[in-house]
Amino acid sequence: MKSNQDTPLLLRKHRTEEWIGRGYTTICVLFLIVIIVSIVYFVATKGISTFAIDAVSLSDFLFGTTWSPDDNQFGALPFIYGSFLTSLLAALIASPLSVCAALFMTEIVPSWGKKILQPVIELLAGIPSVVYGFIGLSILVPFMRDTFPGQGIGVAAGAIVLSIMILPTITSIATDALGALPRNLKEASYGLGATRWQTIYGVIIPTVLPSILTGVVLGMARAFGEALAVQMVIGNAPHIPTSLFESASTLTSVITLNMSNTVMGSVQNNALWSMAMILMLMTFVFVFVVRLLERRHKI
Amino acid sequence: MKLKKLLLLTLTLAFAVSLAACGNKDNTSNSATNAENNNAGKSETAALSGSILASGSTALQPLVEQVGKKFMDKNPGVSVQVQGGGSGTGLTQVSGGQVQIGNSDVFATEKMKDAAAAKELVDHQVAVVAIAAVVNPEVGVTSLTKQQLVDIFTGKITNWKEVQGKDQAIVIVNRPSSSGTRATFEKYALGTKTEDLKGSIQEDSSGTVKKLVTDTPGAIGYLALSYLDDKVKAVQYDGVDATVDNVVAGKYPVWAYEHMYTKGEPDATTKAFLDYFMTDEVQNGDVVELGYIPANKMQVKRDEAGNVTK
Repeated sequence: MKSNQDTPLLLRKHRTEEWIGRGYTTICVLFLIVIIVSIVYFVATKGISTFAIDAVSLSDFLFGTTWSPDDNQFGALPFIYGSFLTSLLAALIASPLSVCAALFMTEIVPSWGKKILQPVIELLAGIPSVVYGFIGLSILVPFMRDTFPGQGIGVAAGAIVLSIMILPTITSIATDALGALPRNLKEASYGLGATRWQTIYGVIIPTVLPSILTGVVLGMARAFGEALAVQMVIGNAPHIPTSLFESASTLTSVITLNMSNTVMGSVQNNALWSMAMILMLMTFVFVFVVRLLERRHKI
Repeated sequence: MKLKKLLLLTLTLAFAVSLAACGNKDNTSNSATNAENNNAGKSETAALSGSILASGSTALQPLVEQVGKKFMDKNPGVSVQVQGGGSGTGLTQVSGGQVQIGNSDVFATEKMKDAAAAKELVDHQVAVVAIAAVVNPEVGVTSLTKQQLVDIFTGKITNWKEVQGKDQAIVIVNRPSSSGTRATFEKYALGTKTEDLKGSIQEDSSGTVKKLVTDTPGAIGYLALSYLDDKVKAVQYDGVDATVDNVVAGKYPVWAYEHMYTKGEPDATTKAFLDYFMTDEVQNGDVVELGYIPANKMQVKRDEAGNVTK
């Protein structure tokens, strides 16, 4: 009798909760979609107006090597080149370190390795980029100046600072992938008489390679978008560098250096927005690549 | 847990949105109260109220912030908010009516493409900033002529020994081409625009510029007088020391006004704030204290074309 009375009440309560939860999530998601669409719309309209309104030719912008706003020359190739160069170099430096750190935490000394190394690496992710920039400027740049030719400032310094900044991204994704590896894979390998090292490079690494690559791509995406730390150590001369120890610019460093000094609506300001649009498109590409890798991973 | 986070996020966003809406409302109601104030001001001096929003030049920001605080202490009904963002932002926002005051290192006409919009802005020159060429103390140069500076910044001279210094390569620490400081330096010290040289360094923060000039052998850059100390060597310009006295007397030419622009004539509250800026209390107090040069002390005046008059 009692349960008969309770059930409809409980059911009604559940339904209301369900309805509230559902409605709330829907509103949030709609809000999110509106925000994303408006950001994309804003950056795109601003970015396109360089070509549509100010009549800067798209090929001059993408392939021109002269950046001289006073003379109406808006060649952004040096910055695009600089962005790709630094983030690729950063990924090259950081990937082996991250993968080794992840292997250390999961395969070699999982007990205390994970307990000590993981928080330390996660700590790296929490340090503000201006701190990285300042450390780079105070310690790395003088070191580079004394060790290598050039002023210390340049592509190499930028890539090294970036590589440390993307370490946590790659490491944590690689650690997760390694941790999720089925035990029987390893046990089968050991059962066949393989040593730990043989197991690692013959079985474990090939199996989790797509995940590691996902981490590397995400790390590169972070490096590509990082502005402040790179700006402080790379030198920002608007030219294609001929050496790793020469001053160069990235898309982000040029945007942060100039955006606040230019008036909204001026050609130079619009050209900066076009660079922002390139950054956004590149992010799309990175996301797309990550999706592709994930799909490959599932098969 | 997740729901809580979501809730928090939405609340924050909603709060931000409502704040933005409030801001707009405030502005309109302000102009209304200001209009009332204007009318009231004719018959009696009513207590000032309303809010002043200033944005723009980061070089001017600390001064406006400090003076704004003092002004608020004197006028409890007024709130003064100061944001940075750069000269370009300040001019854009004041021209668009988003802020009451736009701070700029350069004349609006030099920065804004839209001449009609620039004409609407009323210039209030509140201080003067002088800029000195600075070198790493090790290069062994104490004075440079205008021509030598031009040759250095255009890449004709690449070694300090060519200007009686050490045998050392010159490293240029420049500002980005859009910077107001660079515009001032090029206009009044070099007299010509320069290109960005390959291998040169560009930074926009005075702190970073100073650090690089201090640490990099053979470096040359330029800084506002307020940033000078023993770590960098300010070189004489055509034999004239970069000092406040020389600037005031019109002997040292590398300086620029700090402008506070209003769109049209300012309303009563903003006008009172700008008037307060020009009082001796601020000009000889805060302005000097923060390393600027008082605008009302200048024995020379300069117009937008760069013509200097006594």
